[in-house]
Amino acid sequence: MKITCPYCGERDHREFTYRGDATAIRPSIDNTSLDDHQAFVYDRKNTAGTHRELWNHTSGCRTHVVVVRDTVSHEIFSCEPVGPFAKQLARNVAKLKGAGA
Amino acid sequence: MSGFRLKAAETGGKALHFTFDGKSFVGREGDTLASALMANGVSIVGRSFKYHRPRGIFTAGSEEPSALVTLRSGGRHEPNVRATEIELYEGLEARSQNRWPSVRFDLMAVNQLAGKAFSAGFYYKTFMGPRRAGHKATQFWYFCEQFIRRAAGLGKGATSADPDTYSRMNAWCDVLVIGAGAAGIAAAGRAASAGARVIMCDERARGGGSLTGAPELLDGQPAAEWASDAMEELAELDNVTILTRTTVQSMFDGDTYLAVERVNDHRDEPKRHQPRQRAWTIRAASTVIATGAIERPIVFAGNDRPGVMLADAARRYAVEYGVAPGRAVAVFTNNDTGWLAARDMARAGVIVSAIVDVRADVQDDVRKAGEESRAEIFLGAAITGTRGWQELQGAHVRDFHEVSNTLGGKKRFIGCDCIAVSGGWSPAFHLTSQQGGKPQWDAELQAFLPGEASANWFGAGAMAGKFGLRNAFRTGEEAAVRALTQAGFGEGESSVPVIEGDAIDYAPAPVLEINSPGKSFVDLQHDVTADDVRLAHREGFVSVEHLKRYTTLGMATDQGKTSNVTGLAIMAQTRDMSIPEVGTTRFRPPYTPVALATLAGEQYGHLSTVRRTPMHDWHVANGAHMYANGPWLRPESYNAPGETVEQAYIREARKVRESVGLVDVSTLGKIDVQGPDAAEFLNRIYSNGFAKLPVGKARYGLMLREDGFLFDDGTTWRLDEHRFLMTTTTAGAGHVMEHLEYHRDVVWPDLKVALTSVSDEWAGVAVAGPKSRQVLAACVTKCDVSNEALPFMGVRTGEIVGIPVWIARLSFSGEMAYEVYCGANWGQALWDALMAAGEKHDIVPYGLEALSTLRIEKGHVAGPELNGRTTPGDLGLQGMVSSKKNFVGAVLNNRPAMQAEDRLQLVAIRSIDGQRIIGGSHLVKGTKDEPGLSEGHTTSTCFSPALNAYISLALLERGRARFGEKMYATNPVRDSHVAVEVINPHMVDPKGARMHG
Amino acid sequence: MSRYSAWEILKNAVKGNRDWTPAWRRAEPKSAYDVIIIGGGGHGLSTAYYLAKVHGITNVAVVEKGYLGSGNVGRNTTIVRSNYRLTPNSRFYEKSMELWRELSHDLNYNVMFSPRGVLNLALTPGQMDTYAERGNQMRLMGVRSELLDRDQVARLNPGLDVSGSARFPIEGGLLQPDAGNARHDAVAWGYARAADQLGVDIIENCEVNGFLKEGGRITGVETTRGTIRAAKTGVAVAGNTGKVMKLAGIDNLPIESTVLQAFVSESIKPIIKNVVTFGAGHLYVSQSDKGGLVFGGNIDYYNSYAQRGNLPVWEEVISELLAMFPAFARVKLLRSWGGVMDMSMDGSPIITTGPIDGMYLNAGWCYGGFKATPASGWCFAHTIANDKASEYNETFTLERFKNGQSIDELGAGPTPWYH
Repeated sequence: MKITCPYCGERDHREFTYRGDATAIRPSIDNTSLDDHQAFVYDRKNTAGTHRELWNHTSGCRTHVVVVRDTVSHEIFSCEPVGPFAKQLARNVAKLKGAGA
Repeated sequence: MSGFRLKAAETGGKALHFTFDGKSFVGREGDTLASALMANGVSIVGRSFKYHRPRGIFTAGSEEPSALVTLRSGGRHEPNVRATEIELYEGLEARSQNRWPSVRFDLMAVNQLAGKAFSAGFYYKTFMGPRRAGHKATQFWYFCEQFIRRAAGLGKGATSADPDTYSRMNAWCDVLVIGAGAAGIAAAGRAASAGARVIMCDERARGGGSLTGAPELLDGQPAAEWASDAMEELAELDNVTILTRTTVQSMFDGDTYLAVERVNDHRDEPKRHQPRQRAWTIRAASTVIATGAIERPIVFAGNDRPGVMLADAARRYAVEYGVAPGRAVAVFTNNDTGWLAARDMARAGVIVSAIVDVRADVQDDVRKAGEESRAEIFLGAAITGTRGWQELQGAHVRDFHEVSNTLGGKKRFIGCDCIAVSGGWSPAFHLTSQQGGKPQWDAELQAFLPGEASANWFGAGAMAGKFGLRNAFRTGEEAAVRALTQAGFGEGESSVPVIEGDAIDYAPAPVLEINSPGKSFVDLQHDVTADDVRLAHREGFVSVEHLKRYTTLGMATDQGKTSNVTGLAIMAQTRDMSIPEVGTTRFRPPYTPVALATLAGEQYGHLSTVRRTPMHDWHVANGAHMYANGPWLRPESYNAPGETVEQAYIREARKVRESVGLVDVSTLGKIDVQGPDAAEFLNRIYSNGFAKLPVGKARYGLMLREDGFLFDDGTTWRLDEHRFLMTTTTAGAGHVMEHLEYHRDVVWPDLKVALTSVSDEWAGVAVAGPKSRQVLAACVTKCDVSNEALPFMGVRTGEIVGIPVWIARLSFSGEMAYEVYCGANWGQALWDALMAAGEKHDIVPYGLEALSTLRIEKGHVAGPELNGRTTPGDLGLQGMVSSKKNFVGAVLNNRPAMQAEDRLQLVAIRSIDGQRIIGGSHLVKGTKDEPGLSEGHTTSTCFSPALNAYISLALLERGRARFGEKMYATNPVRDSHVAVEVINPHMVDPKGARMHG
Repeated sequence: MSRYSAWEILKNAVKGNRDWTPAWRRAEPKSAYDVIIIGGGGHGLSTAYYLAKVHGITNVAVVEKGYLGSGNVGRNTTIVRSNYRLTPNSRFYEKSMELWRELSHDLNYNVMFSPRGVLNLALTPGQMDTYAERGNQMRLMGVRSELLDRDQVARLNPGLDVSGSARFPIEGGLLQPDAGNARHDAVAWGYARAADQLGVDIIENCEVNGFLKEGGRITGVETTRGTIRAAKTGVAVAGNTGKVMKLAGIDNLPIESTVLQAFVSESIKPIIKNVVTFGAGHLYVSQSDKGGLVFGGNIDYYNSYAQRGNLPVWEEVISELLAMFPAFARVKLLRSWGGVMDMSMDGSPIITTGPIDGMYLNAGWCYGGFKATPASGWCFAHTIANDKASEYNETFTLERFKNGQSIDELGAGPTPWYH
């Protein structure tokens, strides 16, 4: 599989570390609900088909990305950055693309 | 079969000497081992897997099921090499295999006498053993199995390591062209003309594919010459990389391909500084697959005698290698290509005695080709059996009615020592099938075609069912245009040559088996017969996968390249279904077998990196025995001459308690945490409070996994208002970094925190013992190390021999101790300075064993206690789990089962009678003979010089309530059973006076 | 239908093998059964067999969407062992071993269980201690185990690099002498044939595409071959658990599906005796009766329902194999394939009633499902027949995760791709 890192471009998936279902979101730090935490840790939809998942470009820029991928065909549809720099990054990428065109 | 070198080809080409089974032969430059053996009249080159029947040469390429030999010797000994692929070199050494005592006389051939009993499913139905009391089914089979195993297997594996090296290459390209036949050349040329970066791979030594032996003229030139020129022209282009002797073995997700280049297999040994083979990972924007087609046989009785081979292979031996496959060749075919093979062989000087075609009639051009071959022609006829002992002497021919699939008429005998058989062609779409592409049946071509593309590949030429040179050039260019579009290029320029030659029909008659008495082999290597296929049907193993698994059809080293479709055809006929209704099996990667070392690449002999601390060489020079700790090498102990590890660590640990020692802690994970929210971030990560840690102070912290179990521990130092240095366990460094980054990026992106792994940037030395302060005081400048200025858990900067350092007053040993960190490049200088400063206190370096002993005596937990199943409460650290704040793992750590009192809890045990407590012991109440069930187990074991006893930390059910209880530490696998007392794990200085002093 | 024996083979051989009959009937689905088992793999078939044999429940259908044994039972590396550290696993897998030892007789089908020994190689003194701890636990549970030193290990498997100059020098290993491997397809076929003879209907090419529900209770299944009603419906579909349970309205489970690749080399003469595992990574290898080296390692990490994997795992697994056995350098990889694993959150299985009335779940096998086949079927049959877990699977519940009672053999936490 090839994942297009928003920073580094198209790379082999071996540079990335899989971090699991991106729809399983940790409850906020103020949330102390047992149910919510249990669901976050143990409940998985385990989708066959389009799957939103987290990867970390561990052997590259170490950005976390949300990859949308088909778990049956392994086709990758998109790759978006997450994290504190995601918005800035998106702007930079847009600017670069504009400059290139 | 008695092949020979054809007159016309006797001159020319350098003579090459080689041996087969110890006998010397002479071949010629350009030969494969198969063609050279054939030229020397060697007909039996191997034995089949199951019946040990003699096997000859069946094909002229990588699809070979029969001619497997063992090549070279010593560490380069290689079993199961296809003689049809290996290029002859001077001094080549080959041996037949799976035979005893010799390939012509193999005692194991007695297997075939078992005949019909040894049919498909044989093993499943027997060897269960007598059913009587005390005789397990297992024992009988296990007894029989060892004999069966010895008889099975093909060649022998090597027994010593391979002296050659292997390498890996990564490549990206716009258009990957797989196969350098006519279609591949056309595709590569077209793609290159558009400016795309092209990589073209071909499994043979030279490109050209079928052009190398084709009778056609291209632009007025012989096809082989044209191909050679075309390859040269392509090679000269800057944007084209041609990889010959390179098989594209597998297609992976995302247009990623594995190709294996046989860099030096055509030499007796690799050139200096070159790998034997190179594994290419090619990532392509788009791909043209032009892998051609593989001829398949018609199955008939007696078809496994050496001398029966594929028609096109026979033709190629004659035309390309100048070797006659036999003195008299009979062609048996269901399609036109068999006739052309007969004609081309005859043109090369081979005597073709007969052409037998199952079809009642053929078109005029084809008939003319037959006439040119001067062969006797049998139309509407089939071979029903063969004659010969080990070698083929002739064949029986009867009339055959194609439509009703029935035999008739009288049996006639034709003398021949080679039968060249063609059952049509199967496109080689193995790569697309590996990716799950569903093949589609073409009734006209009687072949599966690759079907819909599931990735960015485009088929061309015979692989796509477009047979013949004109089709190859046209579809090659068409595929290239589609690939170019896919990769974002223009269409490029066309350059198709003018082709003069045969225009024939590639569609065969739908006849793939002649059902007549006698053993008819479908899978030549695994000895699967047509009757085995019918037996599988009778027993209900009718789905393709069941057929394959029950009979082992297609499971041999050739993966059924020449036998899959025939096997399917027989099952289809038996079930009275069409072939596509029966189905097709998926091809599995790789395309042809690949040496394991090639896939390991540079990791063959170098499994993983070795990490050494800056002081590594010093440790080794000073007697340290180095110990693998994950990727790191760390000193276990510094052994004086004649000293055992145990004596050394006891001496070292004692010295630390008495005076002072130093230990290399550079391997600890170190993470620099900075930013206005760094304190808040750490406060959420650690189970204990970090928000209010003052600048210049360190704190021991616990990290939990989100499920509330312990994850890692370490000290974190507040260097500045917005800057912390976190240390982690050596093993946990990577995981902790990922854990932090995950929470920073994904969970709390609003927190302003930057994280940098600095494990490699800092060298660390811990100085421990009552004299440690004096040692520091003697060498540290720009820092007051007095108790007042640098209290317990204080962190300061300073200098040692001019090296800037961080000094943190931390204690893992329970003694007064300091950790001193400096830039990694100064690690050795720092170490030397501390050793010099400690000289008058008789300072000792200590290793992991002593480090561990000191912390065990103190009851500090480490890796063995943080086993992923323990909670802070289990280890007596519940006090470090804040109830005043929220943090990772807080909620789930609170679950009742995590806090239950009957969990395994941290205790220590002490040997009562001086016997050694051995690692891996369990705590039980019973005697050595009847120990009872485990109630806990030891985790970290040592001899304690402080307590003068063997001790261990342990996890024990309800342990904290059991101090004073007498138990046994039992270790049956190490034959030990030691009486112990359960004690409080804080064995040395429980109040901490020594480290605070 | 005849019993299989050497005599039967000879008799048939004389008659040209024309009298053999199908190993199991091609049953047409009836409209209702006492029990339906979804999944015609090893676990589903063994469940049906033990329902009939142990509990006398013979009005049973096994429905399989493809051909029988098309899932992991025919795709694994055939290892059979019970060398576990944690008591619930130890008890369960030893029960399985007990059944394995008699299985060929029991089924009248040679499953070729070969107790050639499973050897875990230890590469550091610390790892020797860890293996001793496990070996001792095995002994205390009544399972044979031996801690071997370097020389003993080398004698058993002469190709091993015990030079001491290896990147990870071998210290010794933990041997379970009674463990070994078996012929995977034979297990599926043997259970199918034996269950069929007891009256179980085995229905291939019958895909479940819905559940019948009445008053919150599962009362059967909708299939591509029609509606089939049942008092009890068991689900044993391994990697497809998520897909099938969604049809019943269960959207979330503590399971993720990933792909595990397996590899086989060309066949060579016998060279290794044991099933050998490598302690500095994840690698297990044995040699099949045909002579191929059969091996595997880590899963491909990412979620997947594709029965194929990618190149990084090839390189990792093969590098580890050659680190142990450098002499295999020129042995050639013949074939690789993938299977879909139902990775549970703690690496241990689930065999339970529920989660809906009338339904029973058998899942979470990670990549240890093959060795469990007999005990899994035995326990699942017991659970279905009695509406209550047996003593061997009482801890294999769905609730254990949320309750904090996970059975985490590796201590890897709720990260399924680490198990």
